[in-house]
Amino acid sequence: MLNIVGRRYLFFGISLLVIIPGMIALALWGLPLAIDFSGGSLLQARFDSGTLPQPAQILEVYRQNGYGDSQVQTSGNDQIIVRTKEMDEATKSQIVAALSKQFNTNITVLRFDTVGPAVGSEVATRAAGAVALAALGITLYITYAFRGVQHAFRYGISAIIAMLHDVLVVIGVTAILCHFLHWEVDPLFLTALLTVIGFSVHDTIVVFDRIRENSNTYRRLPYETVVNHSIVQTLARSINTQLTVMFTLLALLLFGGITIRHFVLTLLIGVFSGTYSSIFNAAPILVVWENREWRNWFRKNPQEASA
Amino acid sequence: MSKRFPWLLVSIIVLIIITIWIVWPTTQGVQVGGKKIIQTKLGLDLVGGVQALLEADLPSGTPVDPAALSTARQIVENRVNGLGVNDAVVQQAGGNRILVELPGETDPAKALAALQQTGLLEFVDFTKLTAQEIAALQLPNTVIKTDFVGGTTTSTSPTPTTSATSPVTSTGVTSPTGVTKPEQIYHTVMTGAQLSSVAVQTTATGGYEVAFVLKPDGAQTFKDFTTANVGKTLAIVLDKKVISAPNIQNPITEGKGVITGNYTIDSANALAIQLKYGSLPIPLRVASSQTVGPTLGQDSLRRSLIAGVIGMIVVMLYMALYYRLPGIVADLALIVYALIAFSIFKLIPITLTLPGIAGFVLSVGVAVDANVLIFERMKEELRAGRTLRQAVDLGWGRAWPSIRDSNFSTLITCFILGYFGKQFGASIVLGFALTLGIGVLVSMFTAIIVTRTFLHLVLDNIEFSEHHVWFGVARSL
Repeated sequence: MLNIVGRRYLFFGISLLVIIPGMIALALWGLPLAIDFSGGSLLQARFDSGTLPQPAQILEVYRQNGYGDSQVQTSGNDQIIVRTKEMDEATKSQIVAALSKQFNTNITVLRFDTVGPAVGSEVATRAAGAVALAALGITLYITYAFRGVQHAFRYGISAIIAMLHDVLVVIGVTAILCHFLHWEVDPLFLTALLTVIGFSVHDTIVVFDRIRENSNTYRRLPYETVVNHSIVQTLARSINTQLTVMFTLLALLLFGGITIRHFVLTLLIGVFSGTYSSIFNAAPILVVWENREWRNWFRKNPQEASA
Repeated sequence: MSKRFPWLLVSIIVLIIITIWIVWPTTQGVQVGGKKIIQTKLGLDLVGGVQALLEADLPSGTPVDPAALSTARQIVENRVNGLGVNDAVVQQAGGNRILVELPGETDPAKALAALQQTGLLEFVDFTKLTAQEIAALQLPNTVIKTDFVGGTTTSTSPTPTTSATSPVTSTGVTSPTGVTKPEQIYHTVMTGAQLSSVAVQTTATGGYEVAFVLKPDGAQTFKDFTTANVGKTLAIVLDKKVISAPNIQNPITEGKGVITGNYTIDSANALAIQLKYGSLPIPLRVASSQTVGPTLGQDSLRRSLIAGVIGMIVVMLYMALYYRLPGIVADLALIVYALIAFSIFKLIPITLTLPGIAGFVLSVGVAVDANVLIFERMKEELRAGRTLRQAVDLGWGRAWPSIRDSNFSTLITCFILGYFGKQFGASIVLGFALTLGIGVLVSMFTAIIVTRTFLHLVLDNIEFSEHHVWFGVARSL
């Protein structure tokens, strides 16, 4: 039988290998906020002529209209995405007309979003509240659902640690992607993050449920063996469920609209991390807790700890 | 076999027939009590349109009166209906905002201007002015002063220019170019509050005019004023801008009149809306707005539908290959699941947005998960030497706590997301939470009731000992 619990420190190490670079990226570069959080305007438009001028030329038109600190990005062969400070409809129409005249082409506005700075910061604050509220709600539910088990509290805390693991993985990887691919964090990212939280706990509960059941059946076996048994027994289910969710997400990623691409990729990373953490982190943490292994962590002979 | 399965089977088949009828593309808009009850509602990101979050434009710290905001919402809704947009949404969002969604609207500038106007309507005495002076006052961006003070007029400049084609140099309503007599204060004969009804009608020559009826008080005021000033001008002023300066042709004694001019159907309708839905109790400004062009929307819709179908097919193939017979049964249950979920979307109706479709596709994964849990359990029981029927029943019974607890935690997340989305008028977040939440609930029903009923139906007609390979178990024990 696979010995997953025995190699728990290897799996903890793999997690850290992903989380630590992500956290360094987050500390160095931060998460660039989309206009939904920071306030401002975003224009996505298509040049019907099919030929795009240099971004600097487009920026010049914006500068002439008093929007010098705008960011111009090209998308595909014929589209531009321009981020500016808050702009009203009339000014937008005026700039689009100016662009159309200067570059001698019809311009189709695909999307124009404007968010006031007050709304933006309010959304960001309340969003953090929503995440905290979700975590609290789920912890309370798990503690309730496992109330019949010895140390029910440990299950709740372990599930939350595994959930935090997934949150850190998603935020860290996003920080790296944002920096190199110039992505921004928008309300959809937040939605993805909250969904990952839900799914992470979903996966963890399935494994814990089996531990709950096996603890009653095999009272004589050591706790570590029972946990390992439970993980291996639920492994096929964990992998199959993960694969089906991954299939649907991959379909969305490959064939779905470009507007939700970041959202779907964030979910994909989160769902993968969620399954990993429920198998390799959440349940092994219960064993670490049962053996009180942290007493050995800082001793000279580490063999004892990972034995 | 227990006797309840035939009954369940019949109920499920009836349910399938009803849902197929509801989901069928041509089933649209069944009327019950004058209300459409079956409809596919597509969000802005799929059909294109304008979304705006209007915010009470009061000095910071001033509390917003909920009743006033509610009235403002009603007036905005009336104006939106006046714009002739189908399926428009006007909702209160939080304590000081109104969310407006105009699917299919292609002219955001015009729509936003119409929504924001505080719409203080005045009938102003221009009887002492020459035709030339009146013409000068009707230039764009000209603001006049009147002796009417009160109501909502205390806020300094609540609205930007109403014209989408304002001159390039325009920096607001106080442009100096058009103002001829800045110090002149004109007399307000009466305000829009005195109007009781307004309608657009055609003239004998094929043009359009706006007819109005006054309340008794206003009728008396109007009678006195028009009788004394036949042949002179009475200006109609909206938010201190002259929108029309008709001549008084006859005394208006019965409180009924018409406003004539070179009106097109559109401009006559616009004037009628402005007259009808007078002033907002609180000034509003656009806190955020979003415009999606129709091309982007249609492209997104097509792509996400393709993605959804491909995703479903891959999942169904995988289930059939891995779990064999039970997998195929689960696939049938998955189709029933999709039918029920879509029927609910059409019945409530849920506005389908791009993240909403993503939420639904994701819930397909959850739906399958319940079946995977049950089948894995079933296989274990089979390997432990139980008979097939025992294995099926034990599999369901033992998988249930897992399914219940794990889905409940997802529902908690959906609930919090939905609340968050609703508070902020973030309809994309709300859409995702709703479709995922409904998906999770429906999937529990189909996995537990539908798959089980189908599987029992199959079991009644085959002998497991001859066909253990159908269940993906290596050998019969």
